[in-house]
Amino acid sequence: MGSISVAGKEISTDEDGFIENVEDWTQDVADYIAQQEGIDMTEAHWEVVNFLRDYYAEYKIAPMIRILTKAIGKKLGADKGNTKYLYQLYPGGPAKQACKIAGLPKPTGCV
Amino acid sequence: MADPTNIPVLKDEIEIPKLVKGATSHYHCHEAKDKHLEALGFVPGKPADWKEKAITKLGTLLKEQKSLKVFMDICVKCGSCTDKCHYYLGTKDPNNMPVARQDLLRKVYRKHFTLSGKIFGKLVGAEDLTEDVLKDWYTYFYQCSECRRCSVFCPYGIDTAEVTMAAREVMNSIGIGQKYTLEIINKVQTIGNNLGIPEAALEGTLEVLEEDMKDDTGLDIKLPLDQKNVDVLLITPSADLFSEPHIYSLMGYAKVFHQAGVSWTLSSYASEFANFGLFIGSIDHMKKVAQRIADISREFNVKRIVVGECGHAWRVGYSFWNTLIGPFNHLDSKYKQPTHICEYTLDLIKRGAIKLDKSANDEFVVTMHDSCNVARASRMGDHPGGQFTIPRELIKHSCNHYVEMDPETTHEKTFCCGGGGGLLSEEIMDLRVQGAMPRAQSLKQVMDNNGVNFMAIICAICKAQFSTVLPYYGIPRDTVGGVHQLISNAIILGGNR
Repeated sequence: MGSISVAGKEISTDEDGFIENVEDWTQDVADYIAQQEGIDMTEAHWEVVNFLRDYYAEYKIAPMIRILTKAIGKKLGADKGNTKYLYQLYPGGPAKQACKIAGLPKPTGCV
Repeated sequence: MADPTNIPVLKDEIEIPKLVKGATSHYHCHEAKDKHLEALGFVPGKPADWKEKAITKLGTLLKEQKSLKVFMDICVKCGSCTDKCHYYLGTKDPNNMPVARQDLLRKVYRKHFTLSGKIFGKLVGAEDLTEDVLKDWYTYFYQCSECRRCSVFCPYGIDTAEVTMAAREVMNSIGIGQKYTLEIINKVQTIGNNLGIPEAALEGTLEVLEEDMKDDTGLDIKLPLDQKNVDVLLITPSADLFSEPHIYSLMGYAKVFHQAGVSWTLSSYASEFANFGLFIGSIDHMKKVAQRIADISREFNVKRIVVGECGHAWRVGYSFWNTLIGPFNHLDSKYKQPTHICEYTLDLIKRGAIKLDKSANDEFVVTMHDSCNVARASRMGDHPGGQFTIPRELIKHSCNHYVEMDPETTHEKTFCCGGGGGLLSEEIMDLRVQGAMPRAQSLKQVMDNNGVNFMAIICAICKAQFSTVLPYYGIPRDTVGGVHQLISNAIILGGNR
């Protein structure tokens, strides 16, 4: 349990630095977490984060990796619609690292 | 996620390491919060009389499980198990030697439940349950993946997994639990699967996979959800609906059913085969998790239950379902309940109902990793050792190039992936990486010597763990995949039905 301070606001996080309340998320929060993770947010990174957030808003869960890769492939070109590309963007794993930056809860289970 | 700091170097063979006392004493799984404990009926917050409560609980377990009492009494400290644990081999911590791990509980047992221990105390290895001992319990019983490799080598057959489960049960009873496992058990009991995928997301996911299969094959291969009066209810780990490489096996199952012309369905209510109740030794929770499956099989009026690629769940399904949620009189008695998907597919191949084109997997030189709970805690098919022969036969039907790893590391001697038993959690990534060392070593050997580039697996945890940790050993993530991933590539679809 901990918290991060972004733009003068204290935001509580779990032990792994995932924010506790999805509503606390802002772009600044994403930038802050990305920086902690050693990730320089480019436009491509934002595509992933934005897609994750939209999907979560509708389904209350992170998407299956395949749904994410397909969506990114459509946006950024077929050569980028694969897991390898996502791992290039987020070496800590698209499911976990990208979810963390997008302010989504950490996926649980055999993943 | 912090990168692992201490990655073992792979050598030509697995070396027995010199002991490094306390090497992993700082590896600590996140503890469950009050809400996780409460949701499962455990009382959070260690009570003032925690020690008495713990001893009472241990006493109850010893009465209920004669095996546990035998395991506590019978160890002669012969040392056979010491170098058999992947976590010991990978971490060098002496408390990860199975005998030492057991002794963390055994010494308390001696103090409270044996006459010699009560009288002579430490002289006979008896010790009271103190805060420090409890801390060791939490640390090291959550560094055991309950894989039971040590038990294979124990001349008395002491089952360390049962000892670990008992210790975890005792801890849960005094309000100390592990977050990863408890959170997941709660999700499957409330939402229906470990991941917490709600029905709408599940529907959408299956549609996307159907589209993918259409793109690949030109055929309408379905992933039916919540269909009644069909032949087969497929219960599979929810990772098959979420992760890679897991989803490729799911598509493999779908293609098999499609080509065989069998009606089948997944269930949104029982969308999980995994059963983490096993990991905490809780029969109640195991039953509760499994009950959803029995209930839905009645409601859907299916003839049989076929289960997907999941290791520990196969143990639960094969060995315990009948006692937990049986009998299965409402299902067709012609079939084994449950039937493993490997057995199911192999039978279709042997009867000529589906055909495979091995050359579809010519890019692969395949090996097989046996998953612990399938290898050592269950069986498959009609013959002893079927859990080894059936998946291998299936693999050999689907590809031209197959190589075995070192026989000291396969079949019942297989090494755990390093993430089983509820340890597939981020905060212990160091442990997971180090625990995977023995398997990484034998895999690397066949990669270097025989050109192996695909390790086929029938367990969702193994798939997830290896795809995460093997890259730290320089082994590509996509070296790991499912047995039905190979089937999916090789199955001949269309015309010959």
